[in-house]
Amino acid sequence: MKNIPVSTTINGDPIEFLCGPDETLLEVLRNRLGLTGAKEGCGTGDCGACSVTLNGRLVCSCLVLGAEAEGGEISTVEGLAAGDALHPLQQAFIDHAALQCGVCTPGILVAAKSLLDKNPNPTETEIRYWLAGNLCRCTGYDKIIKAVQIAAEEMRSA
Amino acid sequence: MSLKITGIGLVNMQYARPETAAEASKLLAEARGATRVLAGGTDVLVQLKAGMVEPDLIVDIKKIDGIRSITQEDGGYRVGAAVSGAELGEHAGVVALWPGVVEGFELIGSTQVQGRATMAGNLCNGSPAADSVPGMVAAQAIARIQGPAGTRDCPVADIPVSPGKISLAKGEIITSIFLPARPNHASDAYLRFIPRTEMDIAVASAAVSLVLDGAGVCTSARVALGAVAPTVVLVRGAADCLVGTKLEDSALAALSDACSAACNPIDDKRGTVEFRTQVAGVLAKRAARIAYDRAGGR
Repeated sequence: MKNIPVSTTINGDPIEFLCGPDETLLEVLRNRLGLTGAKEGCGTGDCGACSVTLNGRLVCSCLVLGAEAEGGEISTVEGLAAGDALHPLQQAFIDHAALQCGVCTPGILVAAKSLLDKNPNPTETEIRYWLAGNLCRCTGYDKIIKAVQIAAEEMRSA
Repeated sequence: MSLKITGIGLVNMQYARPETAAEASKLLAEARGATRVLAGGTDVLVQLKAGMVEPDLIVDIKKIDGIRSITQEDGGYRVGAAVSGAELGEHAGVVALWPGVVEGFELIGSTQVQGRATMAGNLCNGSPAADSVPGMVAAQAIARIQGPAGTRDCPVADIPVSPGKISLAKGEIITSIFLPARPNHASDAYLRFIPRTEMDIAVASAAVSLVLDGAGVCTSARVALGAVAPTVVLVRGAADCLVGTKLEDSALAALSDACSAACNPIDDKRGTVEFRTQVAGVLAKRAARIAYDRAGGR
């Protein structure tokens, strides 16, 4: 199997990697680049734990081939914090107990940031529909929705 | 420590990213063994993971010139085969002209899936429950197809053959879908039934496209049903029930009966034959009312 050279920008840094034609972007991020924030839950695009943005669109990285990322801009949860300063979404999730086991959390943070970039003041319904592709089996969602609302409010007043 | 490299496990699979549709078609035509066209990947990658197909060649069509754009043409819109649901939903022109087509496509999957999924892919996946297909059939959408011998246009209605089977020949790919112009006082709508509010596959669905005259009388109609037959079905008899009416109760009752009569559904855990047959008629009736209101009827 011939590996494919791929040039991308990940969290603002130019990154080049080699990957097999059958490797997903999730596998490249985790196994080749050490970016283990994105998680494999289902591997079939149902759970959202592997959410990243590719060229500004929220996607499941398990449903993207690594080779497809050529020339693309990728953002992962590792790019959310500014140095040691957590993103308001990350801080709100901690402060308001919006996570328990944490497996779904990176995907939900990336998805929520993607929503707030597009719509800084979403309604509860808009948040629930936007995050419908991010499954959480611990918290029951209410605390997640609340944390997104609190972070959104904080970001609007910042 | 060495990193564990996984991959789906298809060690002999080739990945190609041609820059023209002719080149893509040639690669697919000349390939031996199984092939898959990759646009949004939301069905193809799931099939690969599940081992449903082990392709020797994947042809990624997203670098083909124009395949990710929406362009105006003859008063309608040509939607490139790699345009995602998110991109289509943000296009004010398409949303205004064909709201029923857009709402059908936008019902598919999550935000993440909408970031990648394409109408052409939904069509080529060949599911009778494909949410974007009834709207395209009702809209008389036309697929432009590139094949080894050149391009041809084919009504979307003639693409599905049976569950998972489509009428494209080896080496053929859809490069765009054309949503035609429509007169004033015209609109469309799509409704589906699912047992929850989001992220599910249609148990039954209906798309209705209407043209009215200035007085609100329906002058032409197209009705298409999903998930109630081996393919999405165009129900001409149901459309005939609406022409010449202002969608009075009697016309809508006749529409509903004609739709139910056209159903030939499967019986499974998500819906019985009786349920799907009845619900398809009810959805058609409700979609017709929405399309009528959108078209400015009263």
